Amino acid sequence: MRLERRAHVPLYLVVVAPLAAVAVALILAGALIAAAGVSPATAYAEMLRGALGSRLSVTEMLTRATPLILTGLAAAVAFRARLWNIGGEGQFFVGALVTAWVGHSLALPGPIGIPVLMVLGMASGALLLAGPAYLRLRFSVDEVVTTLLLNFIVILFVGLMIEGPLRDPLAFGWPSSVPVDGDFRLPDLVTRTRLHIGFLVAIVAAGAVWLILARTVFGAETRAAGLNASAAAFAGISLPRTLMGVALLSGALAGLAGSVEVLGVTAGVTTTMSPGFGYAGIVVAMLAALHPAGVVAAAIFVATVFVGADAMSRATGVPSFIADVIVALCLLTMLVALLFTTYRVRR
Amino acid sequence: MMDALELLLNTNLWAAVLRIATPLIFGVLGALLCERSGVLNLGIEGIMTMGAMAGWLTVYMGGDLWTGLLVAAICGGLMGLLHAMLTVPLGLSQHVSGLGITLFASALSYYLYRLIVTVGDLPPTIEPFRPLDIPILSDIPVLGPILFSQTIPTYLALLSVVVMAYVLARTPLGLAIRMTGENPHAVEAQGLNPIRIRIGAVVAGSALMSVGGAFLTTAAFNSFFPEMVQGRGWICIALVVFASWRPGKALLGALLFAFFDAYQLRLQTVVEGVPYQLFLMAPYVLSIAALILVARRAQVPEALMTPYRRGER
Amino acid sequence: MTPVLELQDITKRFGTLTANDDVTLTLGQGEILALLGENGAGKTTLMNILFGHYAADEGTVRVFGKELPSGKPRAAIEAGVGMVHQHFTLAGNLTVLENVMLGSESLLSPSSGRAAACRKLMQISDRFGLPVTPEALIAELSVGERQRVEILKALYRDARILILDEPTAVLARPEAQRLFETLRDMTREGLSLIFISHKLHEVMATSDRVAVLRGGRIVAERKTADTSPEELAELMVGRKVERPVRQGHEIGAPVLIAEKVRVEEKGEARLDDVSFAVHKGEILGIVGVSGNGQAALGALLSGLTTPVSGALTLAGQDVGPLGPRGMIRAGAGRVPEDRHAEGAVGELAVWENAVLERLRSPDFSRRGFVRQAACKSYAAELIARFDIRGAAPDTRTRLLSGGNIQKLILGRCLSIGPRFVLANQPTRGLDEGAIAAVHAELLAARAEGAAILLISEELEEAVALSDRIQAIVKGRLSQPVPAHDADARTLGLMMAGVWKEDDHAA
Repeated sequence: MRLERRAHVPLYLVVVAPLAAVAVALILAGALIAAAGVSPATAYAEMLRGALGSRLSVTEMLTRATPLILTGLAAAVAFRARLWNIGGEGQFFVGALVTAWVGHSLALPGPIGIPVLMVLGMASGALLLAGPAYLRLRFSVDEVVTTLLLNFIVILFVGLMIEGPLRDPLAFGWPSSVPVDGDFRLPDLVTRTRLHIGFLVAIVAAGAVWLILARTVFGAETRAAGLNASAAAFAGISLPRTLMGVALLSGALAGLAGSVEVLGVTAGVTTTMSPGFGYAGIVVAMLAALHPAGVVAAAIFVATVFVGADAMSRATGVPSFIADVIVALCLLTMLVALLFTTYRVRR
Repeated sequence: MMDALELLLNTNLWAAVLRIATPLIFGVLGALLCERSGVLNLGIEGIMTMGAMAGWLTVYMGGDLWTGLLVAAICGGLMGLLHAMLTVPLGLSQHVSGLGITLFASALSYYLYRLIVTVGDLPPTIEPFRPLDIPILSDIPVLGPILFSQTIPTYLALLSVVVMAYVLARTPLGLAIRMTGENPHAVEAQGLNPIRIRIGAVVAGSALMSVGGAFLTTAAFNSFFPEMVQGRGWICIALVVFASWRPGKALLGALLFAFFDAYQLRLQTVVEGVPYQLFLMAPYVLSIAALILVARRAQVPEALMTPYRRGER
Repeated sequence: MTPVLELQDITKRFGTLTANDDVTLTLGQGEILALLGENGAGKTTLMNILFGHYAADEGTVRVFGKELPSGKPRAAIEAGVGMVHQHFTLAGNLTVLENVMLGSESLLSPSSGRAAACRKLMQISDRFGLPVTPEALIAELSVGERQRVEILKALYRDARILILDEPTAVLARPEAQRLFETLRDMTREGLSLIFISHKLHEVMATSDRVAVLRGGRIVAERKTADTSPEELAELMVGRKVERPVRQGHEIGAPVLIAEKVRVEEKGEARLDDVSFAVHKGEILGIVGVSGNGQAALGALLSGLTTPVSGALTLAGQDVGPLGPRGMIRAGAGRVPEDRHAEGAVGELAVWENAVLERLRSPDFSRRGFVRQAACKSYAAELIARFDIRGAAPDTRTRLLSGGNIQKLILGRCLSIGPRFVLANQPTRGLDEGAIAAVHAELLAARAEGAAILLISEELEEAVALSDRIQAIVKGRLSQPVPAHDADARTLGLMMAGVWKEDDHAA
C-alpha cells in the first residue's frame, strides 16, 4: 500500500472531506453514547433540537459560534504559516481582561468606545503572541510549548486581577471582574436574545482575513513562507517579518474574540468564561482546512455540537463532555480526511 | 525571609520533591523516548489525563493498584498507537495529531468519569499507594525519609531513568531508536524498519506517560477530578528540551521543577500579602525561562518531526 | 563463469512514468560493471531495486544463484549485497562505529558488543586501506571521510557485491583516483562491483564492462576495452544533441566587482580574500569540486549573506549589504543551485512563482494588493518566450518537469534584462534537451550584454560556455584563465589548488 501524491485536488473532495470526517466522528461518538445506555439516534436528535430547534436556540448557537469564528481564524492564519499558536485561549483572556478593565471607566461615547475597546483587545492578543514568536525567531524556542504555558499563566493572572484590583464588589457567588460600562455593551442582533452584533463583527473579520490572505502581498508572502521557507527567503521575503506579521494578526483575532465576548455577552471577565474557545478554535480551523470561509461554517458546526450537547445532556443524561469528545474526534478524522485529498492510495 | 529559607531545611519539602517529580519523570522519559525516535508527541497532556482516570477507575472498580498502573499503561499505549499510526505510516502533522490526541484523550476521560460519577457528588476516593519504608536505609537521618520512604512507583520512576539511559546508550535497540530519530533512511539502509521502530517507541513512550498520570490518582491524590493534570504534560515537553534529550538530565530537570513546585506551595504559607496565583505561575514561567536558556544550544535529533517516506530522499 | 548477480526483466513504474523497462543485466565474479546514463535514465532506481529500497513491479533478482525477495534491504544485505548511496545514509550526531554497527546485532540483544565490533571495523579498515576513527562523530568528518564510512558500513556486513551510486560526485580528483584504486583492490579481494556514473572518463578508466541506460532501458552493453567515450556519449543521449556554441565577441567593462571579499559562517571563513570581476557580455565560469565554497559564493551573490570584509559592487553600486530584493533592484538576476529548495515554491501556481521576487514592484502590486491580472499576463509572456512546456499561468508549479521549472526560473530572471546574472549549477539534474535550452538562453543573455557568473561542477559545461574560468578551492579563487587556455591539465591543477598566490588581477 502506497501513498501517491495527487496532481490536483478534485473540488468534490474538498467538500466531501469535512463531511466524511464529521460523519465518522459522530459514528464513533455514537458508540460512547450507547455506552451511556442512550440510543445515539435519540441523542443526536436531541442535540439538533437543542441547537437548532427554536429561534432562541439558533440564536444561542450563533452566539456561541461568534468567538469560535474568531479563534478559528486565529488558528487558521497561524497554522498556514506553520506558526503553531496553541495560545488562543490565553490571547482570548487577555483581550477580555483588557476590554473589561479599560471599558469599566472609559470616558468615551458608546459608538467610539466600542471600536476602541475592540482594538485594545486585538492589540493585547497580538502582543501576547508576539512574545513566543520573538522567542522562536531569536532563540529558536518552539512556540508550541511557550504558547501553551502562557495560557496557564494568563488564566492565573486573570484570577489574580479578578480577586484583586478588578474585583466586582457586586458579584455574588462566583468572582467576576467589574463590568464594562453599559454604553459599550454591544446591541442585540435579534431582540430578546443573546445574539449580538459581535456575530457580524466575526463575519466581517472572516471576510477581511480572506482578503488579506488571498489578495495582498502580505498574504502571498506568508503563503510562500509557510510552504517553502528557503525559496521564500531566496526570493527576498523576510521570514522574520512575515512570521511576526502572522503572529500579530493571529493573536489579534483571538484577542478580539475575548473582547467581543465581554462586550456582547458577559460584560465582565471570569476565569470560567471560556469553555475552551481557544482550543476549539484549532479544531474549527482544521475542519475548515485552514480556509477563512470554511471557518464560519466549521464554527457554526462546533457551536451546534456544544449548545446541542448541553440540551441533550439535560434531556437524556448523557454527560455533556460528549461534545468535547465529538469535537476532538472531528479533529482527528479531519486530519485523516485531508490526507485523502492530497494523496491517492495505491496498491 | 528567614522563614522562607528555613523551609529549605525541612525534610518534608525534599520528600515532597521526589513525590511531585515522579509523574514528571515518567512523562519526561516517555516524551524523550518518542522524540528520540523522531516523533513529537503532544498528546502527553491527554495521555496523562487518561492514565490518571484509567488508574483510578480500575482501583475504584475493585482492582489492585498494580493492575491500575497496568491498565493505565495499556490505555496510554493505545493512544500512543493512534498517534503513531497517524504520524508515522500516514505522515500526518505531528503537531495536529498530538493536539487531537490530547483533546480526545482528555474528553474521553472526563466523559467516562462523568458516566460513573454524577455532577455534584464528591469525587470518590481510593486507597492509594503507601510510602514503603526500606528497612535500615529509611532510618538514616535526613536522607532516610527523603530517599527511602517513598512509594514504589517513585522507586520505579528512578529505576526507569537508569534503564532508559542504559537501553539508549548501550543496546542495539537503543542505537536503532536513536538512529531513527537522526536519519531514518540510514536505518532502512541497514535492513531495519524505521516505521516499526518509531511506532514501537511512541507506544512505549506513551505507556510511560500514562503511568505518570496514573501516579497522580493512585499515589499523589487519591481521586480523579477534571483538569487535575494542570499542564504537567506540557511542562514535560519543555523539560525534554531542557534535558537535551538525555535521561540523566531529564531526571535533573524533573527534580528541579518539582522543587520549585513544592517550594512555592510551602512559601505561600510563609509569605504574606502575595496573591497565591503568583506562586502558582512560577513553575510555568520557569519552564519558559529554562527553554530560552537551553534552546539555542540544543542538539535536536535531526529527524525529529520529519515524516519518513520510503524512497523519498 | 556463473554470474554473481542476475537482474532479469526488471520493470518499475511510478504512476505513468516507467522508470525501468524490462532491464536484464548480469555481473560476473570480480568484475567492475559501470552503469552509465543521463540524469533520469533510471540507474539509481535500478540499484534501489537491487538493494531492496524499492520492490520491482516485474522481474527477478538473483544473487549467487538464489532469488532475492524484493523490497527488503535486509535480504539484500544478508545475501551479500552492499550499497554506497549517493546521499550518504549516515547520522551526523552519532559516531562512526555506531553508524557502522547499526543493524548488525539483534534488537533483542541486551548489550552491544562494542569492543568486538570496533576490532572488526579496524580489521576491515586496514585490509581495504580505508582509515577511520571509530569514536569520531560523523558531523566532524569531511565528505571523503564520510564516504569511507559509508563504504565500510557495507564491508562490515560482509558484502560480496558492492553498489556505488555516483561515488565521485563529491570527491576531488586525487580522492577520486584513490577511490578507484581502492575499488580495484577490492576486486582482487574477491568483491564484485557495480558503479553508477555519468562521467565518461571514469567509466572508461575503471570499469571492465559498461551498460548504458536510456529512458529506463538498457540500450547497450560493451566491454570497456571495445568502446570509446564518443560511442558511449552517443548511446547515452541517443541522438546527436547539439549544444549551442559560444561565439567570441567584444567584452565590455567590468560590471560586478568583488574585492578581497570574506564571508564567514559560525566564525569560519567560507570565502577567503576572494576577488574577481565579471565584465559586460562575458560569462565567467567558476569550477570546482562540490563543497569548496560554491554555496557561499552563490549565497553572497544572491544577496542572502553579506561579506564580513571586502567590497562587492554592481555597476558601481555597493551591493554587499543588500538583500535579495536590493540585488534585484540593482539589476541582478539569480538562478539558484537547487530549484526545488530555493528556486520555486512547488505548491504555488506558475504565475505566483513568476512574480515572487518582485511582488512589491508597482508592476505587480498596488497599495499592498496583488495585481493578479498583471501577474498572470506576465507569466503567460514568460511561458511563451521561454518555451515553458506543460504550463499555464494557473498550473501548480510542482507539476512541471525539472527542465521547465528551470526555464521558468531562468525566464523570470532574464526577462528584466539584468545587468548581472548568477547561474548556479543551472543544468543540474536536467536532460540533454533542457540543458541545451538553458545554455542557449545564457548565451543569448551574454550576447545582449549581461555579465554572467556561472558556477558549475560540470567542467565540460564551464569550458563550453565561459569566456574566462576561475577555480574555487577551499573558499579561495584561482587566477582567471581564458577559456581557450583551459585544457584538462590546467583545469585539473587549478581545481587541486595549485596556482600562483600573487595578484588576483580582475
